Amino acid sequence: MAIRFLLQQLGGSALTLLREMGRMLTFLGYALYIVVRRPGRPIHILKQLHFIGTKSLFVICLTAVFTGMVLGLQGYYTLAKFGSEGMLGSAVALSLIRELGPVLTALMVTGRAGSAITAEIGIMKITEQIDALKSMALEPFKYLVSPKIIAAVLAVPLLCALFDVVGIAGGYLVGVKLLGINPGTYFFEMEKSVVGRDVLSGFVKSLSFGLIISWVCCFKGYTAGHGAEGVSRGTTAAVVMSSVLILVWDYFLTSVLL
Amino acid sequence: MIKLVNVCKSFGSQAVLNNLCLDIRRGEITAIVGPSGEGKSVLLKQLIGLQAPDSGQVLVDGTDITALGRSGMNRIREKFGMLFQNAALFDSLTVFENVAFPLEEKTRLSREEIRSKVHEALRHVGLSGIDDKYPDELSGGMKKRVGLARALLLKPQIILFDEPTTGLDPIICRAIHQLIADTHRLFGFTAIIVSHEIPDIFDISHRVAMLFRGEIIEEGPTEIFRNSRHPVVRQFIDGSLDGPIQFLK
Repeated sequence: MAIRFLLQQLGGSALTLLREMGRMLTFLGYALYIVVRRPGRPIHILKQLHFIGTKSLFVICLTAVFTGMVLGLQGYYTLAKFGSEGMLGSAVALSLIRELGPVLTALMVTGRAGSAITAEIGIMKITEQIDALKSMALEPFKYLVSPKIIAAVLAVPLLCALFDVVGIAGGYLVGVKLLGINPGTYFFEMEKSVVGRDVLSGFVKSLSFGLIISWVCCFKGYTAGHGAEGVSRGTTAAVVMSSVLILVWDYFLTSVLL
Repeated sequence: MIKLVNVCKSFGSQAVLNNLCLDIRRGEITAIVGPSGEGKSVLLKQLIGLQAPDSGQVLVDGTDITALGRSGMNRIREKFGMLFQNAALFDSLTVFENVAFPLEEKTRLSREEIRSKVHEALRHVGLSGIDDKYPDELSGGMKKRVGLARALLLKPQIILFDEPTTGLDPIICRAIHQLIADTHRLFGFTAIIVSHEIPDIFDISHRVAMLFRGEIIEEGPTEIFRNSRHPVVRQFIDGSLDGPIQFLK
């Protein structure tokens, strides 16, 4: 009896999960169709670029400089054990460009802009603003989803590039100014070891993370439950799911792009 | 103009509309009345495809909208305007931007033409000089009037009003009803008003239908409805606690 109950519960949960995944994929498919067919007015896309991109500059720079500084310290400590302190520039740059830049940028954008996207769309849903758009024979995806997807896919790679540059400067600050590594060595080793494929890998990652953030956060807003509690749950779920998806997707991309 | 045939709608195990049939006539104001929670707003959302019925037909000018895809539905929605219960103004836009929104998105009018049409629409509803205010700076009555201005702007053939006077004081309530009657005379649209403002709603409507337990139990010209002998209608109009409508059971 207990086993049957357990199996029923497991089956029910699996079906719910499958249904949710199906809804998410349908949402993404339709959103991409609208992005291609009716991307929305440039002004709407620019507003979202400003919101997702420009307004994230401070938090991205702050995170990047400290990440670079920590990498400088930890890298120096590790490399010094092998007498290879000169490789610090290369270690900092490769860690940032291939891995930490895209992932940390995406997590920061999720926390700052993704949660706001979910809350905005969720509130519009519960206050019938989305129904108002439909009643005017307007396509809500064109105003609420498409500009956000386009803006996130453009903004996250740009923010990631900035993260990499500021992070490398942070590493320089610690490695060269504090720990006394030769500045020429720092940049020479970096230039020698970083190749186009590394930059491309980071770029592809951040591009796909931009899509994941906007997709999940828009979906969670669009399907938010009733009232303030529904929106708050949707916002939490959006941040958690985006972050987990970013990390899982990062692993798969790394294994393919390595 | 609009015909509902055997429309059923349930939410989980709760049946809200049960084989409902209703005819809405062109150019008239039809009021749909009934106790709270009987599904009047759900009925209104079926008419414009914001919710789909579980079964039955919703015919708009002979087209069954339940069988339409997104683009077909949008073509039908071009005929409609809707004033939502809480006005559903876009809260990140100013009053001017809210009213101008459908014009900017659906027409190729110049900025100046849009400005003049928006000001004209706001003047019609008695709200000049509040262009730059945001919805959260407006009173309930003002929000409804802005919503009405937005709904009227594209001169729709049919306007749906979802409890346009709920939560307003009696004077503003009367003013909104008067505004609906005046704009109806001016533009000649077909209006469907969901309301439980009895007897005020009788003053502006041509026909009244009463929704009770998922069905239209009485429908007809206002004067006949007002004098109905149906026990449910009688109790609802008289506001009596004794009768077939039981709330405190």
